[in-house]
Amino acid sequence: MRFLLDAEQRAFADSLNALLTAADTPPVIRAWATGDRTPGRALWSRLADAGVFALAVPEAYEGVGPLPAELAVAFIELGRHGVPGPLVETVAAAVLLSELGESGSAKRLLPALASGEALATVALPGGGPFVLDAEAADIHLTVDSPEAPTRDTTPPARLHLSGSGSGPTGSARPSLDPARHLTLPHPTGELLATGPHVTHAAAQALTWARLATAAQSLGVGLALLDRTVEYVKQRTQFGVPIGSFQAVKHQLADAKIALEFARPLLFGAALSMAPADVAAAKVAAGEAAYATARTALQLHGAIGYTAEYDLSLWLTKARALRTAWGSPAECRAEVLTVHGPRSTDSAVSGGDPRS
Amino acid sequence: MDLDHSPADEAFRAEARAWLAAHVPLAPLPSLETAEGFAAHRAWESELAADRWSVVSWPTAYGGRGVDIVRWLVFEEEYYAAGAPGRVSQNGINLLAPTLFDHGTQEQRARVLPSMATGETIWAQAWSEPEAGSDLASLTSRAVRTDGGWLLSGQKTWSSRAAFADRAFGLFRSEPDTPKPHQGLTYLMFDLRAPGVTVRPIGRLDGRPAFAELFLDSVFVPDEDVIGEVGQGWRVAMSTAGNERGLTLRSPGRFLAAADRLADLWRTHADPADTALRDRVADAVIGARAYQLFTYAGASRFAAGEPIGPESSLNKVFWSEYDIALHETALDLLGPEGELADTDWSEGYVFSLAGPLYAGTNEIQRDIIAERLLGLPKGRR
Ligand SMILES: Cc1cc2nc3c(=O)[nH]c(=O)nc-3n(C[C@H](O)[C@H](O)[C@H](O)COP(=O)(O)OP(=O)(O)OC[C@H]3O[C@@H](n4cnc5c(N)ncnc54)[C@H](O)[C@@H]3O)c2cc1C
Repeated sequence: MRFLLDAEQRAFADSLNALLTAADTPPVIRAWATGDRTPGRALWSRLADAGVFALAVPEAYEGVGPLPAELAVAFIELGRHGVPGPLVETVAAAVLLSELGESGSAKRLLPALASGEALATVALPGGGPFVLDAEAADIHLTVDSPEAPTRDTTPPARLHLSGSGSGPTGSARPSLDPARHLTLPHPTGELLATGPHVTHAAAQALTWARLATAAQSLGVGLALLDRTVEYVKQRTQFGVPIGSFQAVKHQLADAKIALEFARPLLFGAALSMAPADVAAAKVAAGEAAYATARTALQLHGAIGYTAEYDLSLWLTKARALRTAWGSPAECRAEVLTVHGPRSTDSAVSGGDPRS
Repeated sequence: MDLDHSPADEAFRAEARAWLAAHVPLAPLPSLETAEGFAAHRAWESELAADRWSVVSWPTAYGGRGVDIVRWLVFEEEYYAAGAPGRVSQNGINLLAPTLFDHGTQEQRARVLPSMATGETIWAQAWSEPEAGSDLASLTSRAVRTDGGWLLSGQKTWSSRAAFADRAFGLFRSEPDTPKPHQGLTYLMFDLRAPGVTVRPIGRLDGRPAFAELFLDSVFVPDEDVIGEVGQGWRVAMSTAGNERGLTLRSPGRFLAAADRLADLWRTHADPADTALRDRVADAVIGARAYQLFTYAGASRFAAGEPIGPESSLNKVFWSEYDIALHETALDLLGPEGELADTDWSEGYVFSLAGPLYAGTNEIQRDIIAERLLGLPKGRR
């Protein structure tokens, strides 16, 4: 047992952090929000060159994966720098396609995802009602079932592919995070695959999407904490830095505790890739990031409440990621599927906490 | 990065599990905050010690098995999963023993540790005073030089289990006129039954005598019971206080077992429509796992040679608040039965309520996190 990132993983994180710091993401995020994708796509291809999108793609399809721990490392950095776009969705698409192999046209589609040439977006059962950044994506994948599942049967799922422009048609709904564009899924286009293996592949993709979202959330939370710590050291009121007030310190200490206890859950989940572990990581990271966002806003005072100040780019994302790819309640329910209600005859009697 | 234990560690786990399965008392012992329970726990600790399970991480010379921190964690997981009793010796094992390993003499270790391991001598911590709580350095109890030793006078309070314990360790002011309150303190061990010691048990919330006040009137302590250098007591105490907050006081095994029991309780008592309660049960399961993995990460760093620094304050706040939330959830699941005082859940609940107070209040821990981990400026204290 050695539950620490190794030197290579740490170097990977450092190099992404350096790349993204040099790239100065806030103008990129703002451009993406207004529909100007040029700087975002340029950044995307640099991230692809650094290997980010190859992590979920197996070697057989020109990737280096599957490497969930490295993916978590990368997505923390993407979140830390607020990188916009269908990042998680591209990972989910890659997992979906690689699980389906040739029946999902893996050879045709995956190399472009791994190399960063193509952006994908995807709608999956259990993934939430919206499709992210459909207008920006080159590949749209939709998994649905022709009928609703019943108690005893799960109808075979279908996977549809459509290209950019031909994808979701409904008008976009604004997200609380201006850098996210939401539409409703529109399962049309080429039918790539159908059957229980699609259901299975979609479940795998959902697990990866949740892991990536958890990591991205943690990164968002860490950025919010770092920025707020810097701010409260500089901002003075009553003749002293506001960071010397205990009421301020304690809120930041709580944010630190929540984020630091989400981190091991994330890496533990990346090692097991058990859906319940991933769901636990998503709850912890999402709640920690969101609580940190609330604290960050409060401690910045009014300036934090403005769109022109960069903090807003992370504040709004923390809220959006909390419910993306599985709400806290859905993820908590998933956690208890392992610790779930058993039939009464096998139930163990309750009660001894042994403090 | 991996979470797999080595085959040797798993063999150790299997050995511990088999021993515990054969020895853990079938019926829970009476509360260790009662005279009867204290005696029963003492007997249990001597049974543990007879097969070298009471202090697995200590060197074999003192009754341990000399295992590393990972195996200690493995042992603790098995211990609590087996439903084994809470440890009455914990103050000695978690606080005094590390202090002796770091600052004691060879003679002190040989004299003190073996009887601590067997539960024959149970130790109480005598740090707090009526006027010295969070500001511990303001303590006024004195140690005055005498022939061959020291005379202790003053009052200590909130001393856990001192009502039934044998000996105590604490800080005393040996030089009254130092420029700073942290200076001139000396760390000493003394006998709770020595002439001049009066122990007055104090009932905690539920009335059980879980702690006590100690009145000291010229209590003689020989020189060999001074730990570390005279006047350096603060440094000695602080170098081991991290243990209290950090890894050893609350091992993850205890919370993993409690979360499992809570999930079992939920299975048998759950109203499936009550999703708010379901979410709290899920959070307890998530929290136990988070604490376990956080501890593994800390143990991995420790094994790689890094010290446990102010991170132990993260630990302290987390487990203490987690413990209360877990027990509140259990009581809420039980509904009106949650009010009953004679259940293990309510015993655990009362115990948990003190977590944010002792081992350095959570307010003080949050200051440490803010100043030493986040680098925020010191404020008025
Ligand atoms: C169950 C239990 C067992 C204990 N066992 C032992 C034992 O075995 N041995 C022993 O020596 N002691 C023991 N203690 C005592 C414990 O260490 C003290 O209670 C603790 O140090 C706090 O001191 P106090 O109770 O005097 O509270 P105070 O220090 O008076 O604090 C009261 C409140 O004020 C807050 N406060 C104080 N100063 C500050 C500050 N600077 N900033 C912000 N908030 C502040 C505190 O956080 C707390 O909320 C035990 C306590 C309990 C409850």
